[in-house]
Amino acid sequence: MLTQESVYEVTQQDRRFVGAHLLVAIAALSVGSLFGPLQAFEWSGLDLYGLLEPIGLGDYYKGLTIHGVLNALVWTTFFITGFFTLVMIAGLKRPLRYPGLNRAGFYTMVVGLVMAAIPILTGAASVLYTFYPPLQASWAFYLGLTLVVVGSWIEGYGFYLTMAEWRRDNPHTRSPFIVLAALITMVMWQIATLGIAVEILTMLLPAALGLIDGTDPELGRTLFWFTGHPLVYFWLLPAYLSWYGMLPKQAGGKLFSDTLARLAFWLFLLLSIPVGFHHQFADPGVPVGWKYIHSILTYGVAFPSMLTLFTVVASLEYAARKRGGQGLLGWIRALPWGNPVVSAQLLAGILFMFGGIGGITNASYSVNLVIHNTAWVPGHFHLTVASAVTLSFFGISYWLIPYVTGKPLWKEKWATVVNWTWFVGMMIFSNAMHVLGLLGAPRRTELGQAPYVPDEWSGHLFRMSVGGAILLVGVALFVVIAARTAFQKERFGPGEGVEFPIAVSMRDPQLTPLWLDRFKPWLIATVVLIVVAYGPQLFEQFSNASFNSPPISP
Amino acid sequence: MTETHSEEAPSFEADPFEKRWMVISLGLLIAFMLTVTIAGFALGFQVPGSETRVDPRTVADSAPWSEPGLRDRGNGEYDAYVISKQYTFDPRTITVPVGSAVTFFLTSTDVQHGFKLQNTNVNMQVVPGEVSKLTVEFDEAGEFDYICNEFCGAGHAVMSGSVVVEAEAGGA
Ligand code: HEM
Ligand SMILES: [Cu+2]
Ligand SMILES: [Cu+2]
Repeated sequence: MLTQESVYEVTQQDRRFVGAHLLVAIAALSVGSLFGPLQAFEWSGLDLYGLLEPIGLGDYYKGLTIHGVLNALVWTTFFITGFFTLVMIAGLKRPLRYPGLNRAGFYTMVVGLVMAAIPILTGAASVLYTFYPPLQASWAFYLGLTLVVVGSWIEGYGFYLTMAEWRRDNPHTRSPFIVLAALITMVMWQIATLGIAVEILTMLLPAALGLIDGTDPELGRTLFWFTGHPLVYFWLLPAYLSWYGMLPKQAGGKLFSDTLARLAFWLFLLLSIPVGFHHQFADPGVPVGWKYIHSILTYGVAFPSMLTLFTVVASLEYAARKRGGQGLLGWIRALPWGNPVVSAQLLAGILFMFGGIGGITNASYSVNLVIHNTAWVPGHFHLTVASAVTLSFFGISYWLIPYVTGKPLWKEKWATVVNWTWFVGMMIFSNAMHVLGLLGAPRRTELGQAPYVPDEWSGHLFRMSVGGAILLVGVALFVVIAARTAFQKERFGPGEGVEFPIAVSMRDPQLTPLWLDRFKPWLIATVVLIVVAYGPQLFEQFSNASFNSPPISP
Repeated sequence: MTETHSEEAPSFEADPFEKRWMVISLGLLIAFMLTVTIAGFALGFQVPGSETRVDPRTVADSAPWSEPGLRDRGNGEYDAYVISKQYTFDPRTITVPVGSAVTFFLTSTDVQHGFKLQNTNVNMQVVPGEVSKLTVEFDEAGEFDYICNEFCGAGHAVMSGSVVVEAEAGGA
């Protein structure tokens, strides 16, 4: 048993299965991203939607729905489930327990995606990726999204069962950090998505099918944001997994603290969910007391990100000093910036620091009213999901695509160009959007049509579209590199190839206390905290629900 | 290798620098918590809360929503009832003298909307079935646009109105 474990080779089939996830993810990103720059240009007065009219994509809000759904939901979910599949197999050094189950999950996601795409493309679901009721989309949109989520649950079950088997065979060994991190993320996602599952199954789908006459929109918002905030951690934690568990190795060092890395992930499980009212500070129908409590808990969930900052920087410093780096900050230059896998993640981390500071502002209760639903908000999350996450996933792709295809990265230098292009474009774009938000520019608005735009905004609108154009170059180049890598003829020769990156911890993981390697106490605490922080208000909103807001197609 | 035999027993250990960083982080976050607490509850920078519920299908049929607009409560205090619907606010202009304190009440008769009063702290989600309420004092004369900042359909971008704050008679 001992030897069988350590020699397990990831099979061709496993690799193809992971590759299929990446294919869907990158295809989604390449279509979804086209609309980003179009939106930015429209805001600054250059309306290119007329050109898309002949192919039925001339509507700003249809495009915005595609942008949000494909980029924020599809690119992320498919990439994450694919990446985690490999983390499970290579991390535990054993095959999936029930590969058929994971396959079923993946196909469920694909079917859901196709089902949701049809109404989106025909204009029967221009409700944006938050689909707030009583805006009404076709039933196929809701059912499709539900299948994508359920498919991701099924893949998660496949991971749990694989883990359970490993645990049976290795009762006294600490689980590998990366595997634990992936599992915590999936468990968090499973609990969190119960919110939209209830929203869709009790209100939106029945209303779309004509079974009920109306919905309760505020109840819908509360259920949506039960899922909506942890959703952002579902995106972010896979990037953290790589920063903690892989980047130190890729930079030539070790993970500074296995113990603290685990603690951070457990705190994310505990605190990601009971903070959703921070998206509803501006809402009616939710008492100020609950908003305040969630605001305080949101500062709590900032703590594990502060831990992450320390541990990741310490791991990187160790790597850099081993490479001969010196000085208080001079060591930063000694990091392997020439390796695009590393530079993508470093630049992602830097952009995320700005995102984190903005996030603290968003969470700050009454301060939130200054920026709620202004351009500040997309300015913020293009630093998080569209940079910290997306740029990290670019970095991961630069080794993952070669790993699953057995083909070398096409033009490594160009990958470095992608990273810097994204970094520069995003600095310009997101800064402009933050400023516009402070000046009062609304988000989710075809701003070129709006009668209230003052001259004061025009310089920033222009900067925003310059940033958008640079980002377009970046993402296009990324897609070309990914496609050329995957579809080239050249293969790794014998002895060549990419190894799966696992950072070794400085302290033996066996010395990490057992309570940081067991789900039970943390799951109990998570459920208790959710019941305390959400229970009373959810009960209140359910018991006073009135389904009297008739659905309206936009 | 699945078993490691080590002299040490498992324990929670953090590097001294790391411990210091944890303390600093917690201190910083507690400082933020105190700041929002003081701003929100002692200084009165508040957010909308839970008001009465209404029926979006019939709300516009009876008072006060059957006659949207301004109510003078005396002492320079006003209530403004504003209905949001695709793609307009009713009323589209509200005129008050400088120095007034206006409490805005918003509801929607169709989908969700937003109500952001530019250059003030008033920014609310407007949700069918609910009433959103916030108060603002106008200390300066001028025109303040209110704009819809939640997507509400194809005509969303044109949905706006304005508060005209008039200088006092004989003033500048
Ligand atoms: C190619 C570079 C990109 C540009 C120039 C861009 C630009 C924009 C702009 C201008 C908006 C605001 C539109 C509005 O509020 O009316 C927006 C919204 C959004 N973007 Fe991007 N974007 C880009 C890439 C991405 C990526 C990679 C992601 C996610 C991984 C992303 C996720 C989103 C989301 C979730 C929204 C909000 C949609 C909504 O409000 O319903 N974007 N984007
Ligand atoms: Cu959030
Ligand atoms: Cu609107």
